[in-house]
Amino acid sequence: MQCQECQQRPATLHFTQVINGTKTEIHVCEVCAKEKGYMTYPEEGYSLHNLLTGLFNFDSAMMESQQSNSYNQVKELKCPQCGMSLSTFKKVGKFGCATCYDTFSERLDPILRRVHSGNTKHYGKIPKRMGGDLHTKKQLESYKAELQQLIEDENFEEAAQIRDKIKALQNQSDGSKAGDDT
Amino acid sequence: MTLKQFMNEAISPWMREEGPDSDIVLSSRIRLARNFSDVSYPILADHEKLEGIRDFIKEEYEHQSFQDYEDFSFISIPDLTAIEKRVLVEKHLISPHLSKSEHAPATIISKNEQVSVMINEEDHIRIQLYFPGLQLSKALEGAFELDDWLEEKINYAFDETRGYLTSCPTNVGTGMRASVMMHLPALAMTKQINRMIPAINQLGLVVRGIYGEGSDAQGNIFQISNQITLGKTEADIIGDLQSVVQQLIEHERNARNRIMEQSGKKLEDRIFRSFGVLDYSRIIESKEAAACLSNVRLGIDLGLIKNVSRNILNELMILTQPGFLQQYAQATLTADERDELRASLIRERLQLEK
Repeated sequence: MQCQECQQRPATLHFTQVINGTKTEIHVCEVCAKEKGYMTYPEEGYSLHNLLTGLFNFDSAMMESQQSNSYNQVKELKCPQCGMSLSTFKKVGKFGCATCYDTFSERLDPILRRVHSGNTKHYGKIPKRMGGDLHTKKQLESYKAELQQLIEDENFEEAAQIRDKIKALQNQSDGSKAGDDT
Repeated sequence: MTLKQFMNEAISPWMREEGPDSDIVLSSRIRLARNFSDVSYPILADHEKLEGIRDFIKEEYEHQSFQDYEDFSFISIPDLTAIEKRVLVEKHLISPHLSKSEHAPATIISKNEQVSVMINEEDHIRIQLYFPGLQLSKALEGAFELDDWLEEKINYAFDETRGYLTSCPTNVGTGMRASVMMHLPALAMTKQINRMIPAINQLGLVVRGIYGEGSDAQGNIFQISNQITLGKTEADIIGDLQSVVQQLIEHERNARNRIMEQSGKKLEDRIFRSFGVLDYSRIIESKEAAACLSNVRLGIDLGLIKNVSRNILNELMILTQPGFLQQYAQATLTADERDELRASLIRERLQLEK
């Protein structure tokens, strides 16, 4: 796709701009995005923050259109911990504290899906001190998925080994919980 | 101070090392974003609390040495002059955002400048680790070691579903940005890179220039990094990046061979003309210097230019940035003065090789 501004370079930025409720699809190259003021351009290069505002507005435009038949004013959502409001968040594209993730959780999934290619759940590293439970839980989840795959592939020998690992991990986990109770 | 002394101090020690695929990959970087669970992010937190975070981390690193990285020095950003700040940005040790921050910004840098921990940037902590060449797994291993050590002392903002909670939702999850700096002159020359960028974007990766210009990368240096930080493990993210980088390396090598076969004389002429410009010009702008340096570096890689070290591209790309030129001159310079000094510094640097 060509940049709609210069018609020369390939369009590498695609986003939706909402002005007074009217949605416009924008397809531009980075040079034109910078020159035509589609987004502010930090020194370290283009960052996704600049596109977040558009995403949030798209989100709220959807919500407003769904609510256009009601006269209810949407109450401004604010984080009880840091005071960050939804409108400020939309403007700056940044949260004020960890609690914001709970405060705005209902509005967050569509944003995360768009930014992270449809993903909303973390599968990476877990801090060591966050309790062994979480590590065990994740390990069990991964073993169970592996077991399922091995059964589907009719690889019963390896499946039996994984099943034993699951049992051992469950026993170990139950044992440590019992130990905690004493 | 002689140029040699200045360079010895200016160029990060890790940059002098060669790594795997060093002919095309200049460096690999891993950055982990982390936050304290009980303090608001720098954008909103009380200044006193951010100073508390800064002092706490300074204290922890003060007497700490890791097997591979030692002698950490603490730098409070407001204590630096404008030129000193710029130099740190040009060396990629701190971000432009940190250099301008008013939220008790600081950094902790290891002696070999491989590790730089930014304090109170967009997040409370950003651990950065550099390796020469293509060494993403090694960089991740090192970053995890530093992260685990810090996590023993801090309650991180972490959530089972969302992962490491960061100020910007674009970093949430792993909080990891992995990036690789590549020199791709043949793909740029044949305009193939422009066709590849959209395909690379489709894979959840971002392509940028060394100093932010997307498709018009200075010195044909492109930075490839992950856009997605959530929903994949760190190992998977660097695995995806690694495989794309390896494909780009292969394409670049093929393109170089094709150009040599089809228009070897023209390429040789272009390379030696650039060499001549660098060797003789009295005034040179940064864009032209970068283009010529890229050609000379290609000439070295192809064996056409001998007796010039491969490091010349990385070194001079950094040394000829405005901050460094002014630090070398020990004065604030106008753009014209910088163009003159850039030319004479490059000439002098090439003399060192003869």
